[in-house]
Amino acid sequence: MDWITIISTTVKSAIGVETVLYALAAIGINIHFGYTGLLNFGQAAFMGVAGYGLAVTVTVLGLPFWVGIGVGLAAAVLLALLLGAPTLRLRADYLAIVTIAAAEIVRLVFRSVQFRDVFGGSDGQRGFSDGFYALNPFPEGEYGIGWFSFNHRLLWIMLVGWVLVALSCGIVYLLMRSPWGRVLKAIREDEDAVRSLGKNVFSYKMQSLILGGVIGSLGGFIYGLAYASVQPDVFGTETTFFAYTIVILGGAARVLGPVVGSMIFWVLLVLVNGVLSEAVQAGYIPFMTSIQVGPVRYILVGLGLILLLIFRPQGIFGDKREIAFDVR
Amino acid sequence: MSAKTSSAETSAETTMSDRKAAALAAFKDLARDPGVPKPDPILVVDGVTRRFGGLTAVEVAHVEIQRGSITALIGPNGAGKTTFFNQLTGFDTADAGKWTFNGQSMSGVPAHRVARAGMVRTFQLTKALSRLTVLENMRLGAQQQRGENFWRALVPSAWRAQEDAITEQAEELLARFKLDAKREDFAGSLSGGQRKLLEMARALMVKPELVMLDEPMAGVNPALTQSLLGHVKDLRDQGMTVLFVEHDMDMVRDISDWVIVMAQGAIIAEGPPDTIMSDARVIDAYLGAHHDAPLSESELEEQLHQAEAALEAEIEEETQK
Repeated sequence: MDWITIISTTVKSAIGVETVLYALAAIGINIHFGYTGLLNFGQAAFMGVAGYGLAVTVTVLGLPFWVGIGVGLAAAVLLALLLGAPTLRLRADYLAIVTIAAAEIVRLVFRSVQFRDVFGGSDGQRGFSDGFYALNPFPEGEYGIGWFSFNHRLLWIMLVGWVLVALSCGIVYLLMRSPWGRVLKAIREDEDAVRSLGKNVFSYKMQSLILGGVIGSLGGFIYGLAYASVQPDVFGTETTFFAYTIVILGGAARVLGPVVGSMIFWVLLVLVNGVLSEAVQAGYIPFMTSIQVGPVRYILVGLGLILLLIFRPQGIFGDKREIAFDVR
Repeated sequence: MSAKTSSAETSAETTMSDRKAAALAAFKDLARDPGVPKPDPILVVDGVTRRFGGLTAVEVAHVEIQRGSITALIGPNGAGKTTFFNQLTGFDTADAGKWTFNGQSMSGVPAHRVARAGMVRTFQLTKALSRLTVLENMRLGAQQQRGENFWRALVPSAWRAQEDAITEQAEELLARFKLDAKREDFAGSLSGGQRKLLEMARALMVKPELVMLDEPMAGVNPALTQSLLGHVKDLRDQGMTVLFVEHDMDMVRDISDWVIVMAQGAIIAEGPPDTIMSDARVIDAYLGAHHDAPLSESELEEQLHQAEAALEAEIEEETQK
């Protein structure tokens, strides 16, 4: 078995692009679900409209990179307004229903034959990331020591990604210690009580939905730029559920919970994958083929998460006292 | 220092009895009819109706609440008291009707604006914000917080000073309600009675003119009842108006200056607490109009037949087994 490969891919995955983009998506979900109690099951759509906003602006309209970023962010804000306006006055479940449906609609529109000229159908769009890599301050080459090294492109996107993660965490930290964050947390507990104290609950829920959606949309940009392409099926519902898993794993309503959750999630997936496929190839596990490794790693990680929920339901950083009073 | 405090206390005591006396004087010569006009109403309600399908839950023709008094709203279960509360505070939309608070129209105004105008309510099922600390619960009640704006929230120096002032005010209230030892505990860890106290204290952070308490005594143990009663009286003595829904008649008699009785959605009687329960309309509403009329012979006969029939059916069932 090639332990060097297993260890190197695992260690790299802890800070890799996947970790970054899921951390951003999960920070958004944490604002929605962890702090405000909003069940947004459409986070993938926020990532999708941002990624496609950038891709279509640059490739189809031929506009510069920064305009594309602007369009992507505006699309995320617009999506939040569209989803929130009819549902945020209703019970929490309605937002869940509407967001999961809207996310699927967005994905199906992106892959539809009708709009093939704009969104590129199921192949998606590519060739919009040149403007981003033109800004790369690192000269061409490999950076790092031994196997722990990245090429200049990967280094650049990872640097930008981690700066965005740090900024997002900083914003969440500041907001959640402020009276604004207090209103959000109070809405999570009981919105009628908050209303009776003179706060405009609808407005705060909308602000929360927009903020979390915009931070999640940064994950969509990172995906598009790292892989220099976007495909509709990347932004499917499982992306949203991975983000939820990450939030619960790291500990909901904790600033660094989603970041650590994302690191653990991807380290586990990559490690299990590496060990299993190496073991299958070496013939240690005769009853499995290498094709079965992909699904089995999800089964094992899922099992691990179930055990986590049983023995440490508050996640890695959560406060056990805090989840003890679930009055609902 | 001590002389000063004691003189402040005596003056506080005199204002207390003054306020009570003033409230009672205002009610002295009022008629006992539903909807009787009050000398200085803070809340005036006209024709409020709420229907759920075919059921008319609330149909209040006219009612006024006297400023600076403690008014009790009583009535049998299902009389529409809580629904009426919900209409007035914007938690439910009325099908018809107008009401004014301090002369300002409040019909159709959303709940948060009603609270900002100075009309704050509590709930029958206490709504303590469980996973917030007691102190955070209190701070939330303060109005006009600069830090509740998204952009200013990002700059702590923009709201820190105000936050300190709010905290000081919150701690004063917590001390008064004897919750100061619990300030850092999660509100979910408090007992039922303490939650009621916290909810009332939190409502006071809004600095309301009219406090509406929906069953403040429900589920509170007797030891805390006295202290809660004292706090409700305190509200009036500080110049606030109190309107509360309650089932416990001892409490109503003890603290209220005026009682309004609701039955089947309408207001059927008003009056001072010591005589209201002997009002014929109120007794009818609680016990039924014919509760003390003797049964006629044919009715007795009928009852006897029914009882016999039931017995026979039972015996038959037994034998079939």
